[in-house]
Amino acid sequence: MAAKSIISRPVYGTLSPQPGKHHLFVADAEGALAIADLAAKAPTDFFGGAHIIFIPGRDGKYAEALEALKPAQLYLGHSFASALPRLKQTLANAHMGLRLYLAGTEGLIGQAMQAALEAGIDHTSIQTEHSGSLARRMQCVHCKGITENVTTQPATCSHCGLLLLVRDHYSRRLAAFQGVCINAEDRSEIPPIEEVFR
Amino acid sequence: MGITFRKETFRDDFTFRNSPEHIRRFPFPFHEDSYMYAVNIEPHVVGPKGSVLENLIDVDEHYVAEMQDRALVLAEDPLRCQSLPHMTLAGWDLLELLMEQQALGYPEHFTLIRDGDRWRWINRPLGIDDSFTFGDVSTLPYGPMEYITRQSQGDFCILDQRDGNLWMDAGMVTTQADWSLDFDIGMNFFEWHAPVPLAHEKGIFVRALKFLTNIQQGKPARRLNWTMTINPRLDTSPENYHKWGPDRATVTPENVGEKVHLRVELQSFWRLPRSNAIVFPIRCYLIKMDELVTQPKWARRLHRVIRDLPDELANYKGLTRYRPTLVEWLSKLDDGSPTSPGFGPD
Repeated sequence: MAAKSIISRPVYGTLSPQPGKHHLFVADAEGALAIADLAAKAPTDFFGGAHIIFIPGRDGKYAEALEALKPAQLYLGHSFASALPRLKQTLANAHMGLRLYLAGTEGLIGQAMQAALEAGIDHTSIQTEHSGSLARRMQCVHCKGITENVTTQPATCSHCGLLLLVRDHYSRRLAAFQGVCINAEDRSEIPPIEEVFR
Repeated sequence: MGITFRKETFRDDFTFRNSPEHIRRFPFPFHEDSYMYAVNIEPHVVGPKGSVLENLIDVDEHYVAEMQDRALVLAEDPLRCQSLPHMTLAGWDLLELLMEQQALGYPEHFTLIRDGDRWRWINRPLGIDDSFTFGDVSTLPYGPMEYITRQSQGDFCILDQRDGNLWMDAGMVTTQADWSLDFDIGMNFFEWHAPVPLAHEKGIFVRALKFLTNIQQGKPARRLNWTMTINPRLDTSPENYHKWGPDRATVTPENVGEKVHLRVELQSFWRLPRSNAIVFPIRCYLIKMDELVTQPKWARRLHRVIRDLPDELANYKGLTRYRPTLVEWLSKLDDGSPTSPGFGPD
Protein backbone atom coordinates (compact mmCIF):
# COMPACT_ATOMS: atom_id res chain seq x y z
CA MET A 1 0.00 0.00 0.00
CA ALA A 2 1.08 3.56 -0.63
CA ALA A 3 2.20 5.61 2.35
CA LYS A 4 -0.15 8.35 3.57
CA SER A 5 0.86 11.82 2.48
CA ILE A 6 -0.89 15.02 1.44
CA ILE A 7 -4.64 15.60 1.21
CA SER A 8 -4.96 15.70 -2.58
CA ARG A 9 -3.36 12.27 -2.85
CA PRO A 10 -6.07 9.62 -3.30
CA VAL A 11 -6.83 7.26 -0.45
CA TYR A 12 -7.95 3.76 -1.40
CA GLY A 13 -10.07 1.34 0.58
CA THR A 14 -11.17 -2.27 0.33
CA LEU A 15 -13.90 -3.30 -2.09
CA SER A 16 -17.12 -4.41 -0.43
CA PRO A 17 -20.46 -5.39 -1.96
CA GLN A 18 -22.83 -2.44 -2.15
CA PRO A 19 -26.63 -2.64 -2.32
CA GLY A 20 -27.88 -2.32 -5.90
CA LYS A 21 -28.86 -4.35 -8.94
CA HIS A 22 -26.07 -3.37 -11.31
CA HIS A 23 -22.38 -3.59 -10.51
CA LEU A 24 -19.60 -2.43 -12.81
CA PHE A 25 -16.05 -3.53 -12.05
CA VAL A 26 -12.94 -2.15 -13.72
CA ALA A 27 -9.69 -3.82 -12.74
CA ASP A 28 -6.23 -4.69 -13.93
CA ALA A 29 -3.71 -7.38 -12.93
CA GLU A 30 -3.80 -8.01 -9.14
CA GLY A 31 -6.99 -5.96 -8.97
CA ALA A 32 -8.72 -9.26 -9.81
CA LEU A 33 -7.81 -10.48 -6.33
CA ALA A 34 -9.76 -7.58 -4.79
CA ILE A 35 -12.81 -8.67 -6.81
CA ALA A 36 -12.34 -12.27 -5.67
CA ASP A 37 -12.11 -11.10 -2.04
CA LEU A 38 -15.31 -9.12 -2.47
CA ALA A 39 -17.01 -12.17 -3.99
CA ALA A 40 -16.39 -14.09 -0.79
CA LYS A 41 -18.51 -11.51 1.09
CA ALA A 42 -21.18 -11.01 -1.60
CA PRO A 43 -24.73 -12.43 -1.68
CA THR A 44 -25.16 -15.48 -3.95
CA ASP A 45 -26.88 -13.74 -6.88
CA PHE A 46 -24.55 -10.68 -6.75
CA PHE A 47 -22.54 -11.32 -9.94
CA GLY A 48 -25.72 -12.00 -11.97
CA GLY A 49 -25.92 -8.22 -12.32
CA ALA A 50 -22.22 -7.59 -12.72
CA HIS A 51 -20.11 -6.41 -15.63
CA ILE A 52 -16.38 -6.88 -15.24
CA ILE A 53 -13.91 -4.99 -17.43
CA PHE A 54 -10.53 -6.59 -16.78
CA ILE A 55 -7.11 -5.85 -18.20
CA PRO A 56 -4.98 -8.89 -17.30
CA GLY A 57 -1.65 -7.37 -18.29
CA ARG A 58 1.38 -9.17 -19.62
CA ASP A 59 1.28 -12.38 -17.58
CA GLY A 60 -2.44 -12.90 -18.26
CA LYS A 61 -3.18 -14.28 -14.81
CA TYR A 62 -6.49 -14.13 -12.88
CA ALA A 63 -8.90 -14.16 -15.85
CA GLU A 64 -10.06 -17.65 -14.91
CA ALA A 65 -10.73 -16.62 -11.34
CA LEU A 66 -13.04 -13.89 -12.59
CA GLU A 67 -14.75 -16.24 -15.04
CA ALA A 68 -15.52 -18.54 -12.14
CA LEU A 69 -17.61 -15.77 -10.56
CA LYS A 70 -20.01 -16.11 -13.53
CA PRO A 71 -20.59 -12.40 -14.07
CA ALA A 72 -23.30 -11.34 -16.53
CA GLN A 73 -20.53 -9.82 -18.67
CA LEU A 74 -16.78 -10.35 -18.56
CA TYR A 75 -14.55 -8.39 -20.91
CA LEU A 76 -10.82 -8.97 -21.15
CA GLY A 77 -9.00 -5.97 -22.60
CA HIS A 78 -5.51 -5.63 -23.99
CA SER A 79 -4.98 -2.21 -22.42
CA PHE A 80 -6.93 0.47 -20.61
CA ALA A 81 -7.05 2.49 -23.83
CA SER A 82 -8.71 -0.39 -25.69
CA ALA A 83 -11.24 -0.85 -22.86
CA LEU A 84 -12.10 2.84 -22.62
CA PRO A 85 -14.75 3.07 -25.39
CA ARG A 86 -16.63 0.18 -23.79
CA LEU A 87 -16.34 1.74 -20.33
CA LYS A 88 -17.59 5.09 -21.59
CA GLN A 89 -20.59 3.50 -23.32
CA THR A 90 -21.44 1.46 -20.24
CA LEU A 91 -21.31 4.60 -18.06
CA ALA A 92 -23.34 6.63 -20.55
CA ASN A 93 -26.08 3.99 -20.63
CA ALA A 94 -26.04 3.29 -16.91
CA HIS A 95 -29.19 3.59 -14.84
CA MET A 96 -29.47 5.17 -11.41
CA GLY A 97 -28.16 2.78 -8.84
CA LEU A 98 -25.22 1.43 -10.81
CA ARG A 99 -22.39 0.72 -8.40
CA LEU A 100 -18.84 1.21 -9.56
CA TYR A 101 -15.82 -0.71 -8.23
CA LEU A 102 -12.23 0.01 -9.31
CA ALA A 103 -9.27 -2.16 -8.39
CA GLY A 104 -5.65 -2.46 -9.40
CA THR A 105 -2.93 0.02 -10.22
CA GLU A 106 -3.28 3.73 -9.48
CA GLY A 107 -3.17 4.52 -13.19
CA LEU A 108 -6.11 2.19 -13.87
CA ILE A 109 -8.15 3.45 -10.91
CA GLY A 110 -7.45 7.06 -11.80
CA GLN A 111 -8.33 6.78 -15.47
CA ALA A 112 -11.50 4.77 -14.84
CA MET A 113 -12.52 7.34 -12.22
CA GLN A 114 -11.84 10.12 -14.70
CA ALA A 115 -14.30 8.48 -17.14
CA ALA A 116 -16.83 8.08 -14.33
CA LEU A 117 -16.51 11.74 -13.28
CA GLU A 118 -17.09 12.80 -16.87
CA ALA A 119 -20.25 10.68 -16.83
CA GLY A 120 -21.45 12.59 -13.75
CA ILE A 121 -20.71 10.01 -11.04
CA ASP A 122 -19.58 11.47 -7.71
CA HIS A 123 -16.12 10.27 -6.78
CA THR A 124 -17.07 9.57 -3.17
CA SER A 125 -19.62 6.96 -4.32
CA ILE A 126 -16.95 4.89 -6.08
CA GLN A 127 -15.33 1.91 -4.33
CA THR A 128 -11.59 1.61 -4.89
CA GLU A 129 -8.88 -0.81 -3.87
CA HIS A 130 -5.26 -0.39 -4.80
CA SER A 131 -3.14 -3.44 -5.51
CA GLY A 132 -0.11 -4.25 -7.55
CA SER A 133 2.32 -1.74 -8.92
CA LEU A 134 2.84 1.72 -7.33
CA ALA A 135 3.76 3.14 -10.75
CA ARG A 136 2.37 6.63 -11.25
CA ARG A 137 0.69 8.43 -14.09
CA MET A 138 2.31 11.87 -14.23
CA GLN A 139 1.40 15.11 -15.95
CA CYS A 140 4.31 17.39 -16.81
CA VAL A 141 3.21 20.82 -15.58
CA HIS A 142 5.42 22.42 -18.23
CA CYS A 143 4.46 20.72 -21.50
CA LYS A 144 1.20 19.08 -20.20
CA GLY A 145 2.17 15.69 -21.60
CA ILE A 146 1.22 12.58 -19.59
CA THR A 147 3.91 10.00 -18.85
CA GLU A 148 2.55 6.56 -17.95
CA ASN A 149 3.98 4.06 -15.46
CA VAL A 150 6.50 6.31 -13.78
CA THR A 151 8.55 4.28 -11.30
CA THR A 152 11.45 6.62 -10.51
CA GLN A 153 11.99 9.79 -8.50
CA PRO A 154 12.82 12.05 -10.27
CA ALA A 155 11.48 10.99 -13.66
CA THR A 156 12.05 12.20 -17.19
CA CYS A 157 9.05 13.62 -19.07
CA SER A 158 8.51 11.37 -22.09
CA HIS A 159 7.38 14.41 -24.12
CA CYS A 160 9.66 17.39 -23.40
CA GLY A 161 12.54 15.56 -21.69
CA LEU A 162 12.71 17.73 -18.54
CA LEU A 163 13.74 15.96 -15.34
CA LEU A 164 10.68 16.14 -13.07
CA LEU A 165 10.04 15.83 -9.36
CA VAL A 166 6.99 13.54 -9.08
CA ARG A 167 4.84 15.24 -6.47
CA ASP A 168 2.11 13.69 -4.32
CA HIS A 169 -0.23 16.44 -5.56
CA TYR A 170 -2.88 14.63 -7.61
CA SER A 171 -5.67 15.72 -9.95
CA ARG A 172 -8.70 13.45 -10.35
CA ARG A 173 -9.71 15.44 -13.43
CA LEU A 174 -6.40 14.63 -15.14
CA ALA A 175 -5.97 11.26 -13.37
CA ALA A 176 -2.37 12.21 -12.81
CA PHE A 177 0.26 13.25 -10.30
CA GLN A 178 2.04 16.52 -10.95
CA GLY A 179 5.58 16.55 -12.28
CA VAL A 180 7.63 19.74 -11.81
CA CYS A 181 11.15 20.38 -13.08
CA ILE A 182 13.48 19.32 -10.24
CA ASN A 183 16.54 21.28 -11.34
CA ALA A 184 14.96 24.37 -12.89
CA GLU A 185 17.11 26.75 -10.86
CA ASP A 186 20.36 25.10 -11.91
CA ARG A 187 20.12 22.53 -14.69
CA SER A 188 23.60 21.21 -13.90
CA GLU A 189 22.30 19.77 -10.59
CA ILE A 190 21.32 16.18 -11.41
CA PRO A 191 19.93 14.44 -8.32
CA PRO A 192 20.22 10.65 -8.08
CA ILE A 193 17.37 8.82 -9.81
CA GLU A 194 15.88 6.13 -7.60
CA GLU A 195 13.21 3.55 -8.33
CA VAL A 196 10.64 4.30 -5.63
CA PHE A 197 7.21 3.60 -7.23
CA ARG A 198 7.42 -0.13 -7.87
CA MET B 1 -6.74 64.02 -12.95
CA GLY B 2 -6.79 60.26 -13.20
CA ILE B 3 -3.97 57.77 -13.07
CA THR B 4 -0.84 58.12 -15.22
CA PHE B 5 -0.33 54.59 -16.49
CA ARG B 6 3.30 53.52 -16.74
CA LYS B 7 4.78 51.97 -19.87
CA GLU B 8 6.75 49.04 -18.48
CA THR B 9 7.45 45.34 -18.76
CA PHE B 10 7.31 42.32 -16.45
CA ARG B 11 9.63 40.18 -18.60
CA ASP B 12 12.75 40.42 -20.77
CA ASP B 13 14.11 43.91 -19.92
CA PHE B 14 11.98 44.21 -16.72
CA THR B 15 11.34 47.95 -16.76
CA PHE B 16 8.69 47.73 -14.00
CA ARG B 17 9.11 50.40 -11.28
CA ASN B 18 6.94 51.91 -8.55
CA SER B 19 6.55 55.69 -8.40
CA PRO B 20 7.33 57.27 -4.98
CA GLU B 21 3.58 57.52 -4.24
CA HIS B 22 3.15 53.84 -5.05
CA ILE B 23 6.03 52.89 -2.76
CA ARG B 24 4.26 54.63 0.13
CA ARG B 25 0.95 52.86 -0.63
CA PHE B 26 2.56 49.40 -0.98
CA PRO B 27 0.59 46.85 1.10
CA PHE B 28 3.46 45.80 3.38
CA PRO B 29 2.25 42.51 4.88
CA PHE B 30 4.02 42.32 8.25
CA HIS B 31 2.45 44.01 11.26
CA GLU B 32 5.20 42.70 13.59
CA ASP B 33 8.82 41.55 13.34
CA SER B 34 8.02 37.87 12.71
CA TYR B 35 5.73 35.82 10.50
CA MET B 36 3.71 32.61 10.85
CA TYR B 37 0.53 31.44 9.13
CA ALA B 38 -2.71 32.65 10.62
CA VAL B 39 -6.31 32.95 9.46
CA ASN B 40 -5.70 36.64 8.98
CA ILE B 41 -9.07 37.38 7.39
CA GLU B 42 -10.85 40.69 7.97
CA PRO B 43 -13.81 42.52 6.42
CA HIS B 44 -12.92 44.01 3.02
CA VAL B 45 -14.01 47.58 3.68
CA VAL B 46 -12.76 50.81 2.15
CA GLY B 47 -9.53 52.09 3.75
CA PRO B 48 -7.66 55.40 3.86
CA LYS B 49 -7.42 57.66 0.81
CA GLY B 50 -4.19 57.04 -1.07
CA SER B 51 -3.93 53.41 0.15
CA VAL B 52 -4.52 50.28 -1.97
CA LEU B 53 -7.80 49.98 -0.04
CA GLU B 54 -9.17 53.33 -1.17
CA ASN B 55 -11.32 51.29 -3.58
CA LEU B 56 -12.37 47.67 -3.04
CA ILE B 57 -11.09 46.82 -6.53
CA ASP B 58 -7.82 48.72 -6.84
CA VAL B 59 -6.61 50.05 -10.20
CA ASP B 60 -3.11 51.52 -10.18
CA GLU B 61 -0.34 52.91 -12.41
CA HIS B 62 0.59 49.39 -13.56
CA TYR B 63 -2.88 48.60 -14.98
CA VAL B 64 -2.20 48.91 -18.70
CA ALA B 65 1.17 47.14 -18.56
CA GLU B 66 -0.29 44.29 -16.49
CA MET B 67 -3.11 43.78 -18.97
CA GLN B 68 -0.59 43.68 -21.82
CA ASP B 69 1.46 41.08 -19.95
CA ARG B 70 -1.70 39.00 -19.37
CA ALA B 71 -2.49 39.06 -23.10
CA LEU B 72 1.04 37.77 -23.82
CA VAL B 73 0.66 34.93 -21.31
CA LEU B 74 -2.72 33.90 -22.74
CA ALA B 75 -1.40 33.93 -26.30
CA GLU B 76 1.37 31.55 -25.20
CA ASP B 77 -0.80 29.35 -23.00
CA PRO B 78 -4.62 29.58 -23.24
CA LEU B 79 -4.97 26.98 -20.43
CA ARG B 80 -4.32 29.78 -17.91
CA CYS B 81 -7.96 30.75 -18.32
CA GLN B 82 -10.49 27.94 -17.82
CA SER B 83 -14.10 27.68 -16.76
CA LEU B 84 -15.95 24.40 -16.20
CA PRO B 85 -19.29 24.29 -18.04
CA HIS B 86 -21.49 25.02 -14.99
CA MET B 87 -19.61 28.26 -14.18
CA THR B 88 -20.83 30.61 -16.93
CA LEU B 89 -23.43 32.27 -14.71
CA ALA B 90 -20.75 32.99 -12.11
CA GLY B 91 -18.70 34.54 -14.93
CA TRP B 92 -21.52 37.00 -15.59
CA ASP B 93 -21.69 37.75 -11.87
CA LEU B 94 -17.99 38.55 -11.91
CA LEU B 95 -18.29 40.72 -15.01
CA GLU B 96 -20.95 42.77 -13.26
CA LEU B 97 -18.93 43.11 -10.05
CA LEU B 98 -15.74 44.25 -11.78
CA MET B 99 -17.46 46.65 -14.16
CA GLU B 100 -19.42 48.20 -11.30
CA GLN B 101 -16.43 48.52 -8.98
CA GLN B 102 -14.04 49.88 -11.60
CA ALA B 103 -16.60 52.40 -12.87
CA LEU B 104 -17.41 53.44 -9.29
CA GLY B 105 -13.79 53.93 -8.22
CA TYR B 106 -12.38 55.39 -11.44
CA PRO B 107 -15.14 57.19 -13.39
CA GLU B 108 -12.57 59.07 -15.45
CA HIS B 109 -11.26 55.75 -16.81
CA PHE B 110 -14.28 53.41 -16.85
CA THR B 111 -17.98 53.88 -17.62
CA LEU B 112 -20.81 51.35 -17.41
CA ILE B 113 -24.17 52.26 -18.96
CA ARG B 114 -27.08 49.87 -18.41
CA ASP B 115 -30.46 49.75 -20.11
CA GLY B 116 -32.07 46.54 -18.90
CA ASP B 117 -29.95 43.71 -20.30
CA ARG B 118 -28.33 46.00 -22.86
CA TRP B 119 -25.02 47.16 -21.45
CA ARG B 120 -22.30 49.42 -22.76
CA TRP B 121 -18.80 49.24 -21.25
CA ILE B 122 -16.20 51.90 -21.90
CA ASN B 123 -12.61 51.19 -20.81
CA ARG B 124 -10.57 54.25 -21.82
CA PRO B 125 -7.06 53.08 -20.76
CA LEU B 126 -7.38 50.00 -23.01
CA GLY B 127 -9.39 51.75 -25.76
CA ILE B 128 -12.46 49.48 -25.41
CA ASP B 129 -16.05 50.54 -26.06
CA ASP B 130 -18.32 47.48 -26.29
CA SER B 131 -22.09 47.11 -26.28
CA PHE B 132 -23.48 43.68 -25.38
CA THR B 133 -26.45 41.86 -23.93
CA PHE B 134 -25.93 40.79 -20.32
CA GLY B 135 -26.35 37.02 -20.12
CA ASP B 136 -25.86 36.39 -23.85
CA VAL B 137 -22.38 34.92 -24.41
CA SER B 138 -22.62 35.40 -28.18
CA THR B 139 -22.51 39.21 -27.77
CA LEU B 140 -18.99 39.26 -26.26
CA PRO B 141 -15.66 38.36 -27.91
CA TYR B 142 -14.80 35.99 -24.99
CA GLY B 143 -16.73 34.23 -22.24
CA PRO B 144 -17.81 36.75 -19.57
CA MET B 145 -15.08 35.79 -17.06
CA GLU B 146 -12.30 35.94 -19.64
CA TYR B 147 -13.65 39.17 -21.13
CA ILE B 148 -13.62 41.13 -17.87
CA THR B 149 -10.50 39.57 -16.36
CA ARG B 150 -8.51 40.57 -19.43
CA GLN B 151 -9.37 44.07 -18.19
CA SER B 152 -8.81 43.68 -14.44
CA GLN B 153 -5.57 43.51 -12.48
CA GLY B 154 -4.93 40.36 -10.46
CA ASP B 155 -5.77 36.69 -10.83
CA PHE B 156 -9.32 35.53 -10.29
CA CYS B 157 -10.55 32.17 -9.04
CA ILE B 158 -14.25 31.42 -8.99
CA LEU B 159 -15.20 28.88 -6.36
CA ASP B 160 -18.43 26.90 -6.62
CA GLN B 161 -20.00 26.15 -3.25
CA ARG B 162 -21.56 22.72 -2.76
CA ASP B 163 -21.42 19.81 -0.27
CA GLY B 164 -20.10 22.21 2.38
CA ASN B 165 -16.94 22.80 0.38
CA LEU B 166 -15.55 25.23 -2.20
CA TRP B 167 -14.49 23.95 -5.62
CA MET B 168 -11.97 25.68 -7.87
CA ASP B 169 -14.14 25.47 -10.98
CA ALA B 170 -13.10 28.54 -12.97
CA GLY B 171 -10.25 30.99 -13.08
CA MET B 172 -7.98 33.46 -14.85
CA VAL B 173 -4.52 32.82 -13.49
CA THR B 174 -1.53 34.47 -15.16
CA THR B 175 0.26 36.20 -12.27
CA GLN B 176 0.37 33.33 -9.84
CA ALA B 177 2.90 32.45 -7.19
CA ASP B 178 3.75 29.02 -8.52
CA TRP B 179 0.46 27.09 -8.66
CA SER B 180 -1.28 25.70 -11.71
CA LEU B 181 -4.95 26.38 -12.46
CA ASP B 182 -4.85 23.74 -15.18
CA PHE B 183 -3.81 21.15 -12.60
CA ASP B 184 -5.97 22.35 -9.70
CA ILE B 185 -9.21 23.12 -11.54
CA GLY B 186 -12.06 20.97 -10.22
CA MET B 187 -10.38 20.42 -6.82
CA ASN B 188 -11.95 21.27 -3.49
CA PHE B 189 -10.52 23.70 -0.94
CA PHE B 190 -8.44 21.13 0.93
CA GLU B 191 -7.18 19.43 -2.20
CA TRP B 192 -5.82 22.52 -3.94
CA HIS B 193 -4.15 23.64 -0.70
CA ALA B 194 -2.69 20.16 -0.13
CA PRO B 195 0.94 21.09 -0.92
CA VAL B 196 1.04 23.96 1.63
CA PRO B 197 3.24 22.92 4.59
CA LEU B 198 2.39 23.37 8.30
CA ALA B 199 -0.98 25.06 7.80
CA HIS B 200 -3.10 21.88 7.63
CA GLU B 201 -1.76 20.72 10.99
CA LYS B 202 -2.64 24.09 12.50
CA GLY B 203 -6.26 23.71 11.38
CA ILE B 204 -5.93 26.84 9.25
CA PHE B 205 -7.84 25.49 6.28
CA VAL B 206 -10.73 24.03 8.28
CA ARG B 207 -11.33 27.42 9.91
CA ALA B 208 -10.77 29.36 6.71
CA LEU B 209 -13.27 27.20 4.82
CA LYS B 210 -15.87 27.68 7.54
CA PHE B 211 -15.40 31.42 7.29
CA LEU B 212 -15.48 31.51 3.50
CA THR B 213 -18.59 29.36 3.04
CA ASN B 214 -20.42 31.84 5.29
CA ILE B 215 -19.49 34.97 3.37
CA GLN B 216 -22.57 37.01 2.56
CA GLN B 217 -23.39 39.08 -0.45
CA GLY B 218 -22.26 42.70 0.00
CA LYS B 219 -19.87 41.75 2.81
CA PRO B 220 -16.56 40.80 1.18
CA ALA B 221 -13.50 39.80 3.21
CA ARG B 222 -9.75 40.01 2.59
CA ARG B 223 -6.34 38.79 3.68
CA LEU B 224 -2.73 39.37 2.68
CA ASN B 225 -0.28 36.70 1.61
CA TRP B 226 3.31 37.13 0.47
CA THR B 227 6.30 35.56 -1.16
CA MET B 228 9.38 36.83 -2.98
CA THR B 229 10.19 36.94 -6.68
CA ILE B 230 13.46 37.51 -8.49
CA ASN B 231 12.97 40.24 -11.10
CA PRO B 232 9.54 41.90 -11.36
CA ARG B 233 8.03 38.92 -13.12
CA LEU B 234 4.27 38.53 -12.90
CA ASP B 235 4.15 35.14 -14.59
CA THR B 236 5.88 32.95 -12.02
CA SER B 237 3.76 29.96 -12.99
CA PRO B 238 4.84 26.36 -12.51
CA GLU B 239 4.24 25.99 -16.25
CA ASN B 240 7.21 28.31 -16.87
CA TYR B 241 9.26 27.41 -13.77
CA HIS B 242 12.02 25.96 -15.96
CA LYS B 243 12.30 29.40 -17.59
CA TRP B 244 12.22 31.66 -14.49
CA GLY B 245 13.75 29.26 -11.95
CA PRO B 246 17.33 30.08 -13.04
CA ASP B 247 16.71 33.72 -11.96
CA ARG B 248 16.97 32.54 -8.35
CA ALA B 249 20.60 31.61 -8.91
CA THR B 250 21.47 35.10 -10.18
CA VAL B 251 21.18 37.00 -6.87
CA THR B 252 24.48 38.54 -5.71
CA PRO B 253 25.28 41.03 -2.89
CA GLU B 254 25.57 43.70 -5.62
CA ASN B 255 22.17 43.18 -7.27
CA VAL B 256 19.86 42.32 -4.32
CA GLY B 257 18.31 45.78 -4.28
CA GLU B 258 17.38 45.66 -7.95
CA LYS B 259 16.55 41.96 -8.40
CA VAL B 260 14.82 40.77 -5.24
CA HIS B 261 11.15 41.74 -4.98
CA LEU B 262 8.66 41.34 -2.19
CA ARG B 263 5.47 39.99 -3.76
CA VAL B 264 2.28 40.64 -1.82
CA GLU B 265 -1.10 39.23 -2.67
CA LEU B 266 -4.18 41.13 -1.59
CA GLN B 267 -6.71 38.32 -1.63
CA SER B 268 -10.38 39.20 -1.34
CA PHE B 269 -13.48 37.02 -1.17
CA TRP B 270 -16.88 38.01 -2.53
CA ARG B 271 -20.21 36.19 -2.64
CA LEU B 272 -21.71 36.41 -6.12
CA PRO B 273 -25.44 37.10 -6.29
CA ARG B 274 -26.88 34.81 -9.01
CA SER B 275 -24.58 31.80 -8.86
CA ASN B 276 -23.92 31.82 -5.08
CA ALA B 277 -20.27 31.20 -6.01
CA ILE B 278 -17.36 32.94 -4.28
CA VAL B 279 -14.95 34.96 -6.36
CA PHE B 280 -11.44 35.14 -5.04
CA PRO B 281 -9.39 37.91 -6.65
CA ILE B 282 -5.65 37.55 -5.95
CA ARG B 283 -4.13 40.94 -6.61
CA CYS B 284 -0.34 40.91 -6.85
CA TYR B 285 1.84 43.87 -5.79
CA LEU B 286 5.59 43.88 -6.45
CA ILE B 287 8.28 46.06 -4.90
CA LYS B 288 12.03 45.77 -5.33
CA MET B 289 14.28 45.88 -2.28
CA ASP B 290 15.77 49.25 -3.30
CA GLU B 291 12.26 50.74 -3.26
CA LEU B 292 11.13 48.98 -0.10
CA VAL B 293 14.10 50.07 2.01
CA THR B 294 13.35 53.73 1.32
CA GLN B 295 11.02 53.17 4.31
CA PRO B 296 13.47 52.42 7.20
CA LYS B 297 10.85 50.66 9.33
CA TRP B 298 10.07 48.21 6.52
CA ALA B 299 13.79 47.52 5.98
CA ARG B 300 14.35 46.68 9.67
CA ARG B 301 11.24 44.56 9.91
CA LEU B 302 11.75 42.63 6.68
CA HIS B 303 15.28 41.77 7.80
CA ARG B 304 13.95 40.23 11.03
CA VAL B 305 11.11 38.36 9.30
CA ILE B 306 13.27 36.78 6.59
CA ARG B 307 16.11 35.98 9.01
CA ASP B 308 13.78 34.18 11.46
CA LEU B 309 11.47 32.46 8.96
CA PRO B 310 11.14 28.68 9.62
CA ASP B 311 13.12 26.71 7.03
CA GLU B 312 10.01 24.83 5.81
CA LEU B 313 8.29 28.10 4.97
CA ALA B 314 11.40 29.55 3.34
CA ASN B 315 11.67 26.44 1.23
CA TYR B 316 7.99 26.43 0.24
CA LYS B 317 8.26 30.07 -0.77
CA GLY B 318 11.37 29.29 -2.83
CA LEU B 319 13.72 31.60 -0.88
CA THR B 320 16.30 29.03 0.17
CA ARG B 321 18.89 29.62 -2.52
CA TYR B 322 19.22 33.40 -2.02
CA ARG B 323 18.07 33.87 1.59
CA PRO B 324 21.58 34.22 3.09
CA THR B 325 22.52 36.89 0.52
CA LEU B 326 19.28 38.77 1.12
CA VAL B 327 19.51 38.60 4.93
CA GLU B 328 23.12 39.84 4.84
CA TRP B 329 22.12 42.76 2.60
CA LEU B 330 19.11 43.67 4.78
CA SER B 331 21.11 43.33 8.03
CA LYS B 332 23.11 46.43 7.10
CA LEU B 333 19.87 48.42 7.19
CA ASP B 334 18.80 47.08 10.60
CA ASP B 335 20.33 48.98 13.52
CA GLY B 336 18.33 46.87 15.99
CA SER B 337 16.07 49.71 17.05
CA PRO B 338 12.39 48.87 17.69
CA THR B 339 9.75 49.07 14.96
CA SER B 340 6.39 50.72 15.50
CA PRO B 341 3.32 48.47 15.56
CA GLY B 342 1.18 48.14 12.43
CA PHE B 343 1.86 47.76 8.71
CA GLY B 344 2.45 51.32 7.55
CA PRO B 345 5.75 53.18 7.14
CA ASP B 346 6.73 55.68 9.86
